[in-house]
Amino acid sequence: MIFGEFVINTLSLGSLYALVALGLVFVYGILKLVNFAYGEYVMVAGYSMYILGAFTPVPWWVTMIVAVAMAALTSYLTELVAFRRVRQKSDNAALVTSFAVMVLLQNAVLLFVSPRARAVKLPSAFSESITILGVVTPLRNVLTIATTLVLLLGLTLLMKYTVLGIAMRAAADKFTTTRLMGVQANLVISFAFIISGFLAGVVSIFWVGRSASVDPLIGFTPLLIAFIATVIGGMNSLVGAVAGGYVYGLLFNILSITLPASMISYRDAFMFMIVILFLLLRPEGMIKGNYTEERVG
Amino acid sequence: MLTIKDLNASYGAITALHGLSLEVEEGELVALLGTNGAGKSTTLKSICGVLKPTSGTVTFLGEEITGKTPEAILRKGISLVPEGREIFTSLTVSENLRLGAFSSYNKKRYQADLEEMFELFPILKDRFNQPGGLLSGGEQQQLAIARALMSHPKLLMLDEPSLGLSPTLVNQIFDLIAKLRERGTTILLVEQNAERAVHLADRVYVLNTGNLEFAGTPDQLEKELDIADVYFGGDGEGHHEVTL
Ligand SMILES: Nc1ncnc2c1ncn2[C@@H]1O[C@H](COP(=O)(O)OP(=O)(O)OP(=O)(O)O)[C@@H](O)[C@H]1O
Ligand SMILES: [Mg+2]
Repeated sequence: MIFGEFVINTLSLGSLYALVALGLVFVYGILKLVNFAYGEYVMVAGYSMYILGAFTPVPWWVTMIVAVAMAALTSYLTELVAFRRVRQKSDNAALVTSFAVMVLLQNAVLLFVSPRARAVKLPSAFSESITILGVVTPLRNVLTIATTLVLLLGLTLLMKYTVLGIAMRAAADKFTTTRLMGVQANLVISFAFIISGFLAGVVSIFWVGRSASVDPLIGFTPLLIAFIATVIGGMNSLVGAVAGGYVYGLLFNILSITLPASMISYRDAFMFMIVILFLLLRPEGMIKGNYTEERVG
Repeated sequence: MLTIKDLNASYGAITALHGLSLEVEEGELVALLGTNGAGKSTTLKSICGVLKPTSGTVTFLGEEITGKTPEAILRKGISLVPEGREIFTSLTVSENLRLGAFSSYNKKRYQADLEEMFELFPILKDRFNQPGGLLSGGEQQQLAIARALMSHPKLLMLDEPSLGLSPTLVNQIFDLIAKLRERGTTILLVEQNAERAVHLADRVYVLNTGNLEFAGTPDQLEKELDIADVYFGGDGEGHHEVTL
């Protein structure tokens, strides 16, 4: 059943892209900063999995928890050490800093591990297949979809019903006014970076899960996809980022099956063309957040 | 309670305050007046930490708070109702109020505080679960004041609370300010509506392009204006407008 397969593939790919986009936009929403180091959090989680799998006897679930925690920690620390110092200076300083952090983390891995890809040991669940509704599909596709649904539900509850969530939404709208309510700027920003890194870590598990390997440049594609998906969905809305991720997954899969074999290597070029045409028609993306653009100082 | 000494503040190359000194005593209602661009909002922003003064000191309850962060200053007990209301438009009325109580949340007291706000501003009860952005200007102003009160400020600063409101709503807002003052809240009030503010105030400051032009009681202000009228031959009413 080719249609069922298409649906499951698209939902799975879209889920992964939704998570990756959401992680980027969490920080963008607060700081109005595209964090170019974001892809490196995916890389850090990937290498954590490689190291724990290759050199320690810990069970796979510990590996995964540690990997996600490492990504969240790295994200938190990059804010603490790098962004916090330049935040008040200028937008450009922060942007350049995010580039610097990206290059630094990549070079650290090149230097201390290897420029070559490393195999990552994965639990057997990642290579098994299951049959749902007559469709045979890799189990990890179903895991990706299920994990995403759980995370989206959890984040929705967090943002809607906790004070911290309310403060996060307020800060994305009017940062200075939020501080006038007594909400500490650093609290909101740190929290945004932790969530962002956490999502990058979860993404990393499934990203690495597809190839079972990790290399120093693994973070580039997730960053690019996150960026494009958020641009499609709308940079100022969390819901937009998720929607953008699913739309990106859908477009990608449609192109994959409709493009003739000789053109498949131009798939990304087609993707960009569609996205650019879409943005010409609707520059604010699918979902226009009702937030004001305010610099965080 | 609040003492400002020789405060200078600027936006880049533009100096907006030139050595301003000002005082607010506990329980007072002090009006800060001046034409557009006089530096009234700049003064409030410098007090609450949104703008870092270039020199001078702000002391509150005997403690210097110059250059502290807005969140720290709020915790000391100064709350600002900002110019233009600054409601969180995508948050509900309920969530706006909840953030107002962010620094001092206490479940029991919170419910009581909400009831009190509903009494002062009945409209907020009706609109409790609506997004702030759907409220009218007057309703937003009421929400902004209620939000500021949720933190139990020792000093409440209001930046042009009557701006853009209908005459009926202006009356309501001034009635409310009078009520807050009776409850013992110390208030620093910035207003374009000079006559009404002076009428309520214990003391008045008048700013002109970043310089203090007058400081004293409403009576003294009246006298000074009358003298000015004699000198410049103004017709009283017209001169009020020009000076304030
Ligand atoms: N964000 C800013 N950037 C640059 N200059 C500013 C800024 N805000 C205010 N100014 C300048 O500082 C001076 C004082 O402005 P301020 O907002 O304090 O005036 P105000 O007395 O509150 O006036 P209004 O009654 O119009 O609100 C003005 O000359 C104004 O142009
Ligand atoms: Mg003003």
